[in-house]
Amino acid sequence: MESIIQGKAFVLGRNIDTDQIIPAEHLVYSLSDPEEVKLYGKFALSGVPLAQSGLPAGNIPFVQEGSFASDYTIIIAGQNFGCGSSREHAPFALQVAGVKAIIAESYARIFYRNCVDGGFVIPYETAIQLAETVKTGDELKIDIKANTVENLTSGETYQLNALGDVFNIVEAGGIFAYARKENLMAQS
Amino acid sequence: MEQTITQKILARAANRKFVNTGENVWLNVDVLLTHDVCGPPTFDIFNQEFGEGARVWDPEKVVVLPDHYIFTANEHAHRNIDLLRKFAKEQNLPNYYDVGTDRYRGVCHVALAEEGFNLPGTVLFGTDSHTCTSGAFGMFGSGIGNTDAAFILGTGKLWEKVPESMLFTFDGEMPEYLSAKDLILQILGDIGTDGATYRAMEFNGEAIHSLPMEERMTLTNMAIEGGGMNGIIAVDEITEAFVKSKTSKPYEIFTSDPGAAYFSKTRYNASEMEPVVAKPHSPDNRATVQSMKGTKITKSYIGSCTGGKLADFKLAAKILSGQRVSVPTNIVPATVKVARDLETELYNGKSLKSIFEDAGCSIALPSCAACLGGPTDTVGRSVDRDVVVSTTNRNFPGRMGSKQAEVYLASPLTAAASAITGKLTDPRNYL
Repeated sequence: MESIIQGKAFVLGRNIDTDQIIPAEHLVYSLSDPEEVKLYGKFALSGVPLAQSGLPAGNIPFVQEGSFASDYTIIIAGQNFGCGSSREHAPFALQVAGVKAIIAESYARIFYRNCVDGGFVIPYETAIQLAETVKTGDELKIDIKANTVENLTSGETYQLNALGDVFNIVEAGGIFAYARKENLMAQS
Repeated sequence: MEQTITQKILARAANRKFVNTGENVWLNVDVLLTHDVCGPPTFDIFNQEFGEGARVWDPEKVVVLPDHYIFTANEHAHRNIDLLRKFAKEQNLPNYYDVGTDRYRGVCHVALAEEGFNLPGTVLFGTDSHTCTSGAFGMFGSGIGNTDAAFILGTGKLWEKVPESMLFTFDGEMPEYLSAKDLILQILGDIGTDGATYRAMEFNGEAIHSLPMEERMTLTNMAIEGGGMNGIIAVDEITEAFVKSKTSKPYEIFTSDPGAAYFSKTRYNASEMEPVVAKPHSPDNRATVQSMKGTKITKSYIGSCTGGKLADFKLAAKILSGQRVSVPTNIVPATVKVARDLETELYNGKSLKSIFEDAGCSIALPSCAACLGGPTDTVGRSVDRDVVVSTTNRNFPGRMGSKQAEVYLASPLTAAASAITGKLTDPRNYL
């Protein structure tokens, strides 16, 4: 596991549901065929109404027309990120698009589990309303050991909540890697 | 130590006498549910992680109910069905309900109940967020992703954090102009779409226990709309009669101890409540139908796991009997059984099917259909700036298809009354 995640921020509001992260019409593509998988990157966050896409200005597409990956690697969002359906295609699409971490005020349970157990992206929580201070395009640097995020554009540093119980699963890279390490894969 | 019903069920599944809220426990899973959207990637992960030739932990406990993208020309959707079929064959799964055969059932959460898979005291996980629906049967049901489901397929186990519980009590008698949808939309308006995140939502009270099972399922179905891990209603005579009519499998009844600790307790009086809608674009954006009356709509949609059961159509038929709809109105039975029941169930001497046909509604084949938009050729999918009144469970931007469309969530009574006038209409005008 890397100890630093650095990249451009993409800022969203609250209650970003999984239909906005990956609209249902795209759930038919294979998650294992390398060519089809690219489509999840192309359509990641394509359901977000344009005015709310890339705050505070808005009207910023997450993925450029004709591209299969995003220029942004860290998502900043408000409360209840990933609410709605159980589709694991949502954190998967974000990973395919190039996202490494999300920093939100809170998450919906299934989305959070999927991020962690699938090893797709790291879901950080913070009590600070970063979506109010970070601007889309700001360069951010997450220090995984220190649980901090530094906004290199503004020079400010913020505290993130520790990953707690799930850190070991995140560090292992997902529930299967963790279970192998802990010898939990035996059948009941 | 005193425990809630949810704690007791999880304790049983963890082979413990007691579990604390907030602790992570490994659970033995009784049933794993999957469908055509999440089944194929789940099976892929299973094969990858456990190796080719690996067997599922218990074929009897795996239930595969394709229901999402069934009646579409979309080739990728067809491929997903083929992948389900292939895995079911390889693994010899007895509970696979294949599309295009007389085993096809329809929407998984309703079919689980019809087929006798909902057993009090058991633990169900499913690759669908509305798996919480089954909690109406005094059991634990919760949605998970593909990776977690693949882990269960191979091991029969999953970790879960024992939730705190929120208790919602509905006193009083249920008025004829309300349905369970009004009750849950009322709660969601009070707690918000993350008000129950990582918690159990437990429902009780005189009004709840007067409801038939299908109406209770509407309530538990939308626990996830408050972020809930599960929704749950304790077993009573109505539950037992339903379960015994579907299966002879044994089950265990758990109830909350009188002194169990709750995160919160909220009381409502059903007899004083009003019909409500959730305005665009969130299930917690509540308003009374009265305050929204006259809002023009372009479509009415009655269907889905939460709003396409026989009980929902009985309510709609009470309003639509002898009337004509003035906007396109889709009737989408959740399952093949519900579709058949529309032909035999009578209201004022007429079948529900003929009531809907005479009113000018179009009746679709049973599946999830436009509840979640789906492929572009899906029946009832919203287009452009449609304004839909719908008995489904979500109205996030683009949920029913078009990103520009607006969706008002409502009870079958309100959706039917609004279909007649073409405007949001209080069902009391037609009762």
